[in-house]
Amino acid sequence: MGSAIKIKGLSFRYRGFKEWALRDVDLEVEEGEFILIVGPSGCGKTTLCRCINGLIPHFYEGELHGEVTLLNDINVLEKEPYELVEYVGMVFQDPEAQLITSTVEREVAFGLENLGVSPDEMRARINWALGMLRIEHLRDKAPYELSGGEQQKVAIAAVLALQPKILILDEPTANLDPLSALEILNLLLNLKEKLGITVVLVEHRLSMIVDKVDRIVVMREGRIAANGKPRDVLKDKLVEDIGVEVPRVVKVYKELFGGERWIPLNPRELAEVVIHALKRHRDQEPLV
Amino acid sequence: MPSKDIEIKNLWFRYEEGDWVLKGIDLEVEEGEFIAIMGENGAGKTTLVKHLNGLLKPLKGYVKIKGTDTRTVSVAELAKYVGLVFQNPDHQIFAETVEEEVAFALRNFGFPPGEIQRRVEEVLREMGLSKYKGRSPFLLSGGEKKRLALASVLVYDPDIIVLDEPTTGQDYKQKAVLGKIIKQMNAKGKTVIVVTHDVEFVVDLFDEVVIMARGRILARGRTEDILTNEELVKKARLVMPQLAEAAMYLEDNIRFKGNYLREDNFVKCIISALGEDVLGELNAGSARL
Repeated sequence: MGSAIKIKGLSFRYRGFKEWALRDVDLEVEEGEFILIVGPSGCGKTTLCRCINGLIPHFYEGELHGEVTLLNDINVLEKEPYELVEYVGMVFQDPEAQLITSTVEREVAFGLENLGVSPDEMRARINWALGMLRIEHLRDKAPYELSGGEQQKVAIAAVLALQPKILILDEPTANLDPLSALEILNLLLNLKEKLGITVVLVEHRLSMIVDKVDRIVVMREGRIAANGKPRDVLKDKLVEDIGVEVPRVVKVYKELFGGERWIPLNPRELAEVVIHALKRHRDQEPLV
Repeated sequence: MPSKDIEIKNLWFRYEEGDWVLKGIDLEVEEGEFIAIMGENGAGKTTLVKHLNGLLKPLKGYVKIKGTDTRTVSVAELAKYVGLVFQNPDHQIFAETVEEEVAFALRNFGFPPGEIQRRVEEVLREMGLSKYKGRSPFLLSGGEKKRLALASVLVYDPDIIVLDEPTTGQDYKQKAVLGKIIKQMNAKGKTVIVVTHDVEFVVDLFDEVVIMARGRILARGRTEDILTNEELVKKARLVMPQLAEAAMYLEDNIRFKGNYLREDNFVKCIISALGEDVLGELNAGSARL
C-alpha cells in the first residue's frame, strides 16, 4: 500500500504568535489507515489537520518549515486548496458553520458544481454519498431542520461526494449526544472498510473507538509524544500523564492485573479476562 | 426536614406558536441536592433550566424557587438565588477585562468596592484565572472562557447553581478540574444541577440522575440504576457507561453492588468474587486474552 500522508520536520507558528504550534513533527499515514489523534486542548491537533488539507499555509498565514506530501507526490505547500479537495476532505466540529445551502441535496451538490462535474455524474455521486451515510430520506430537508447528528452526516456526505482519498475530521462529535456520536464513528469505520479511505480523526471520546482504530497519535505541546497501536499506546502511563482520557476498562484492568504487557480495549475484552480468571480460580479450589 | 429549593409542577412551555418543548414537567429539588439532567439534544433540557432563573416563565403550571413563584419576581431578583452558567460562554461574556466580567454582578447587587475586590480575587484564583485578570475575555481559550463564565456566577455565591453542558469542548484534564470545582460547591452546601450528556462525567460525579426526552421527564433515580437501563439509555440517545457493559457480560458470574460504574467499586466487586490471593497470582501478567 502507498503512503497517504507523509509529514517531515514540520514546524508552524501562526502570524503574530511567538509560540510554535507545531514543532518538528514527523508522521506517516498509509493508505487505508484509520488514525486517531488525541491530546489536550492547545496541543496542536487542529493545526496539524490544517497542514494536511492545505488551509495552512494557504488560508492561515505564518512561518512554516518542513514538508507535507499526500499520496506519494502531491506537495500540499505548492497546491492551492481548491486543487486539494479531490484528494483530502475536511469535516469540522460545528456542522452548522459548514452548511450553507437551502437543502441537503444542494449542500452535497455544492462542492461538485465547483469541480465542474457533469450533471449525470453529479446526480450519481449525490445518490452514492447520501447512501453511504444512510441519509437519503433527508435529501429535501433544509439543514436547519436537522438535528446536530444529522447535520454532521450531511457535512460528511458533502465532503465524501468529492471522492477524496483522505478524510480529516476535527472533533466531529464534540457537539453531539453520545448515540449520535457513536453513529458517526461507526459510519467512518464503514467508509474505511468499504472504500479503503484514509481517515484521520481528532476525538476526545476515546472509549468509544479505541478498539477499532489502527493507530493512536498522542500530541503534546506541538509534538508527537506517542504513536502506535492502541494497545501499546494506552498501556503506557504517559497517556494518563498528558491528560488524555484513559478508558475505564483499561483503568480497571490495570488495577486488577497490572497491565505492563497487555490491556483490554473494550468492555467485552475486560469481561472475558475476568471470566477466565474466575474459572481458573474455581478449577483450583478443590486442590486448596 | 430539608426545604425545597426548586418545585416545578406540571410545567408546559413552547416558543411562540411552535410545538410544545416542555410537556408537563414535575420536578422537586431539595436544598443541597446534586443532580445531573441527561437527555438528547432537543429534549428540552436547556429550556427547562432557563425556567429556573426566570428567563422563561411557564405557560402552564408553575416554577417555585425557595417557595417563590418565578412569575411574581424579576430575573434580577431570582439571580441572587440561582446562578445559571450557559452552554456557550460567548453568550454570557461581554466585559472588557476578565476582572470586570467577574465583578459585574457584584456591582449590580451593590456590594462595597473592598468586598468586590476580595471576592473577585478569590474566585479568579480558584478558577486558575488570576494571571488573565487584565486581559480581554475574548482572548481566552474555550476552556478558560468556560471557567470565566462559571467564576462570574460563583462570585456572588448563589444557593442554587445550574450548569448547562459544562464539559463540551473541554479536554480530559479540564473536565477533571471542572468536576472537582462543582463537587466542592456542593460540599459547601450548594444545590447543584448539571445538564449534560457526558455519560462518564456523570458516572464520576453524580449519585442521582434525571432523564429527559421530548419534553418529558422519563426517569429519576440512582446513577447505577438509570444508566444501566438499556431501554432508557437508548430513549435518551445516550450510551451505556463502559463498566455497565462490562458488568452485563459478567452478571452470571459476579454480583455487582453499589455504584459499580466507577472503577474503584467495580474493582472491589471483582476482588470479593476472586479473592486477593488469586489476584496476586494473576498479577504476574498471565491474565490476558
